[in-house]
Amino acid sequence: MAALALRKEVIPIRTSPPHPAAKVLGERADAVRARFEASTGYRRTRAPEWLLALLAPVAGLALLVALWALIAKQGGRIPDPITVAHAAAKIFADPFYSKGPNDQGIGWNVLMSLKRVGIGFGMAALVGIPLGFVIGRFRFLAGMAAPIIALLKPVSPLAWLPIGLLVFKAANPAAIYVIFVCSLWPMIVNTAVGVRQIPQDYLNVARVLNLSEWKVFTKILFPAVLPYMITGVRLSIGVAWLVIVAAEMLTGGVGIGFWVWDEWNNLKVEHIIIAIFTIGIVGLVVEQALVLLARRFSYA
Amino acid sequence: MHKYLSIESVGKTFETKKGDFVALTGIELAIRKGEFVTLIGHSGCGKSTLLNLVAGLLKPTEGTILLADKHIDGPGPDRGVVFQNHSLLPWLTCFENVYLAVERVFAKDRKERTHAVLELVGLSHAEHKYPHEISGGMKQRVGIARALAIEPKVLLLDEPFGALDALTRATLQDELMRIVEKTGATVLMVTHDVDEAVLLSDRVVMMTNGPAATIGDVLDVQLPRPRARLALAHDARFMDLRAAVLEFLYAKQTSGTDHVFPAARRAALVQ
Ligand SMILES: Nc1ncnc2c1ncn2[C@@H]1O[C@H](COP(=O)(O)OP(=O)(O)OP(=O)(O)O)[C@@H](O)[C@H]1O
Ligand SMILES: [Mg+2]
Repeated sequence: MAALALRKEVIPIRTSPPHPAAKVLGERADAVRARFEASTGYRRTRAPEWLLALLAPVAGLALLVALWALIAKQGGRIPDPITVAHAAAKIFADPFYSKGPNDQGIGWNVLMSLKRVGIGFGMAALVGIPLGFVIGRFRFLAGMAAPIIALLKPVSPLAWLPIGLLVFKAANPAAIYVIFVCSLWPMIVNTAVGVRQIPQDYLNVARVLNLSEWKVFTKILFPAVLPYMITGVRLSIGVAWLVIVAAEMLTGGVGIGFWVWDEWNNLKVEHIIIAIFTIGIVGLVVEQALVLLARRFSYA
Repeated sequence: MHKYLSIESVGKTFETKKGDFVALTGIELAIRKGEFVTLIGHSGCGKSTLLNLVAGLLKPTEGTILLADKHIDGPGPDRGVVFQNHSLLPWLTCFENVYLAVERVFAKDRKERTHAVLELVGLSHAEHKYPHEISGGMKQRVGIARALAIEPKVLLLDEPFGALDALTRATLQDELMRIVEKTGATVLMVTHDVDEAVLLSDRVVMMTNGPAATIGDVLDVQLPRPRARLALAHDARFMDLRAAVLEFLYAKQTSGTDHVFPAARRAALVQ
């Protein structure tokens, strides 16, 4: 997002009256260019806006790779970009192979992690959104919920993992449960804030029109809160994607987090770097999809 | 005079963090069926508060309000409200905004009614636009259509044209006069525009400054209808009425000072 903001900045160009010689030179240059274009059929045009807009992030990424190459050159165990690129080509040539439960392609690992995030998040949405609505609507319930949320929100979601293992006695549901817990708070809090932010005017409209509770919900509360809810969804999924890697490292099974841990045990550092990029890219894609969704539901 | 809407000894005190705030006190006002009454007064004197009391959005702390001999106890479809800032729902089209009101009151011909009332305010062409796609004047018209759609006994308008430019304002005032004539509606309207008050009303209710605001004076406007804006601009009676309101607002109720209305005179008016 920072890159987006930077691109919008325009650097003003100072203009001063041209030197008299410039005109002559300019005319000569124009003539040269015309002849060049006539002879080669090649037209020089100003770099288009989108190209410049692309240049900044590409330059940034190039800098990152350069730094990485430099660090790799210093010796140690960090593989250089080329080695990693070769390893990535091999891995992504067959991302969906399956040789038993502990040896599956990176594609399966990513999908498994996404599935856990999806289920855990989905359940959190089912619980958190209605809860957010009632907390936002009723002052007393908000007062009740406030200390609970204040106490539990700062707890690292991973602290819940042992409880999950204890209750479910299996790794997979425990991981899903951790995702559920960490997704829950942003959904509740944002939905509740959204409900409280509804302009009094809209509620007055509902009152003077004497709308039924159902109409109030579908025509006023829900649409008014939707943008806040989507913010909650974005935050939840962001946190969930952070947490699933750590949870899977602890629980094992198939999943990108476990894959990272497995490759560490095999001392395949290049695969760990590939995993880092993969996790980043998947997170980015999910985030952008949600941003698009949010834009669809924002009212001008 | 038959009282249709009757405001009897109404007072409103708000409970605030700094203690009680008496906004209105001793309001006495009776409105006939089909009458057009405007409330005028300086900003913050309590015009919206009085209107919201009639709308049922607020409850009086003293006194009662009767509409057609029935107690007003909360909002109801017998009163249509046009808010100070249109208050259209941004996620619904103009049609849907009005339909929401129609749906609540009528079981049959809902679509036809919605089309008809939008046509009444001259917005048939913009039915399927969203509020952010239309001008401020058009939004107010949709707000008026929404209030009219439920065929209320009383139309309550809170500075409906306050945020509009002079030209649009004039057009909508003419339109409102036309609509009221056509529907025979009883209207209570808040304004702080003197010309608007005199042009539209049968009576202008002038309020004293708050806190503890009350009705300072009531001016009968006996200009014949239909009223033509241009002809009235040079009409001596119109000028006199206008001057009377101005004098009340700027000589007797200068804004900023907490003018205390002479108790004797107030008592006389309340009779
Ligand atoms: N809910 C409330 N709680 C406390 N005080 C209030 C409340 N609503 C209004 N007031 C006070 O009551 C007084 C009258 O307010 P009101 O909105 O009725 O004024 P108004 O005449 O409509 O002003 P304007 O012309 O600016 O719209 C003001 O002093 C205001 O601060
Ligand atoms: Mg007001």
